[in-house]
Amino acid sequence: MFYREAGQYKSSYAADMAIFPIRQDRLALWGLLAFAYLGVPLLATFKIWPFGSDYLLRAILIPFLILALGSIGLNILMGYCGQISLGAGAFMAIGAYGAYKFANGVHLPLAWLGTEIAIPALPVLASILLGGMMAALVGILFGIPSLRIKGLYLAVATLAAQFFFDWVFIRVKWFTNYTPSGSVTAPELNILGVTFNTPIERYLLCLAFVSVFALMTKNLVRGNLGRQWMAIRDMDIAAELMGIRPLYAKLSAFAISSFVVGVAGALFAFVYLGAWEPLAFNIDRSFQLLFMVIIGGLGSILGSFLGAAFILILPIMLDQVPHALGIPVTVETVSLSVLIITGALICYLLIVEPLGFARLWSVGKEKLRLWPYPY
Amino acid sequence: MLLAGQVLEVLLGGLLSGVLYSLVALGFVLIFKASGVFNFAQGAMVLLAGLALVRCLDYLTHHEFPAWLAVLLALMFAAAIMALTAWLVERFVLGPLVNQDGLTLFMSTIGATFVLEGASQMIFGSDVYPLRLFPSDAWIILDNVFPGGILINKLDVWGGLIAGVLVAGLAVFFQNTKTGRALRAVADDHAAAQSVGIPISWIWFVVWLVAGLVALVAATIWGTKLGVQFSITFLALKALPVLIIGGFTSVPGAIVGGLMVGAGEKLAEIYLGPHIGGGIEYWFAYVLALLVLLLRPQGLFGERIIERI
Repeated sequence: MFYREAGQYKSSYAADMAIFPIRQDRLALWGLLAFAYLGVPLLATFKIWPFGSDYLLRAILIPFLILALGSIGLNILMGYCGQISLGAGAFMAIGAYGAYKFANGVHLPLAWLGTEIAIPALPVLASILLGGMMAALVGILFGIPSLRIKGLYLAVATLAAQFFFDWVFIRVKWFTNYTPSGSVTAPELNILGVTFNTPIERYLLCLAFVSVFALMTKNLVRGNLGRQWMAIRDMDIAAELMGIRPLYAKLSAFAISSFVVGVAGALFAFVYLGAWEPLAFNIDRSFQLLFMVIIGGLGSILGSFLGAAFILILPIMLDQVPHALGIPVTVETVSLSVLIITGALICYLLIVEPLGFARLWSVGKEKLRLWPYPY
Repeated sequence: MLLAGQVLEVLLGGLLSGVLYSLVALGFVLIFKASGVFNFAQGAMVLLAGLALVRCLDYLTHHEFPAWLAVLLALMFAAAIMALTAWLVERFVLGPLVNQDGLTLFMSTIGATFVLEGASQMIFGSDVYPLRLFPSDAWIILDNVFPGGILINKLDVWGGLIAGVLVAGLAVFFQNTKTGRALRAVADDHAAAQSVGIPISWIWFVVWLVAGLVALVAATIWGTKLGVQFSITFLALKALPVLIIGGFTSVPGAIVGGLMVGAGEKLAEIYLGPHIGGGIEYWFAYVLALLVLLLRPQGLFGERIIERI
């Protein structure tokens, strides 16, 4: 009744090919963006429930946005191009440490060449994007094996990236500017003269990044490149026979995916953590992103948000609900039951709905289209 | 002479610890060969088997059972737990996913890993439990050839012996029994195997049971070496490069790959480590695997991957 595109005539090719061709979708998106950009900051400024304290912003919404960005990145690779990756955490780390180095100035003496690379400290925004670029370069490097191998073999190759970079950022002191503890601190978040300090400002910064990248990805996957990726995903040999170059399609997916994941890593470190050590980006982070993508829905931008929200909120819920009901549980029980429930849900979703929450959403839309008179 | 002795000692130590990697890798190969499933949960199964074993053993010795009986009963208890796990996995995870592609099955085993890790620690506790089934002191051999001799850990030798027996037994099981042939048929094509009357759910139960028992064997040795604790699950991640090097489908490949990784990482750690900051063991196996992947994607002993449209 409410969700019906009947009567929405498209009179131009551009209108037909729009990112959101259905009016209700557009309205919902504008509503959501308005709420995210205006509603949430207003509520938080006037401390209206549930924004009474900045806990919700600081501990839930900011990491939600950043990890959603990360899972959008991983989704480009896994959901659209069909290349499984278990190394997303490493690419987040590269983004984070790359941005850190650029923000503090790069000084790399190359004694054996008799020269040195010296880049002055760059502004934060440029550093974050350059961090993403670094991740993209490494992504291309680790994507090269994907030209010969796929599936499980590739998963192991990406796992190699994870372990290698864990080690690099712990052992190679150059990346942490020789801090004795190995923990590094993000620079002040000053972008174009505006300083982002309060949780509201930081939230808006993340929101800006996420909405730009989500829109960019949404646009990308409906175009030429996105269709090449999907052809490779569905059957690489057939795609090759149709004239799609696997080299270009796969490596571009690796590069763009790693770029987005790297930017997410830089944001995670700069905006959310503030000070961090390599452990923040270990293999658990990779699995967290992997599950967000699987549970949210492979090949869906909306799914990345849904998956990120679910994976992030589940442990908090499991922690809060027994407290609210007055059941005493230990921290350990909570963390173990999070493991069990996440694992069980993944199995369950793979069995009943391999396409994740995003698929449930589109099934819901189909139902709404016929409501209240389904046949 | 001193240097040669040292190299030999490092090499032997590495080879013997490589045997233990092989033992974990073997569990992967079995399931992969027999069901086409890449079982990420193998490490969690080692943890579960180890925890069941050590907790039951503690309980029995606490109630003053004679030592041999306690070990026997504890082993039987752990085997029963692995059988139960195999049944549960088949019934609730893999059964409903028959005929899905390999990647879906792989991801479902990641889910199973989490459930097993959480459940085993919730039931049996999550501390470090020492396990003493094998002697863990060392022999000194060849002390008349090299000054100071060569140190060999008895536990590693036990591990090598057990792995050898296990491989021989499994080879016979796979090649010469009816069930073994059925297993290979299922791995080739689920649907075709079903259509010639192979009971697929029973076969999968058998496979997971065998993998569970291999996990139990691995747990006895690794448990004695490190104590039974959560970090044992990372062994699974260590076994992955072993598989890549040896080839997913090859039992001898798992053994050779394990030996290569074990010896290689020890040698690299000692002779290369000081120059680039140490801790190479952490990634050496993976980078070796990456090189093998680039040069020979199917691994040293794997069957050639043939693509059909």
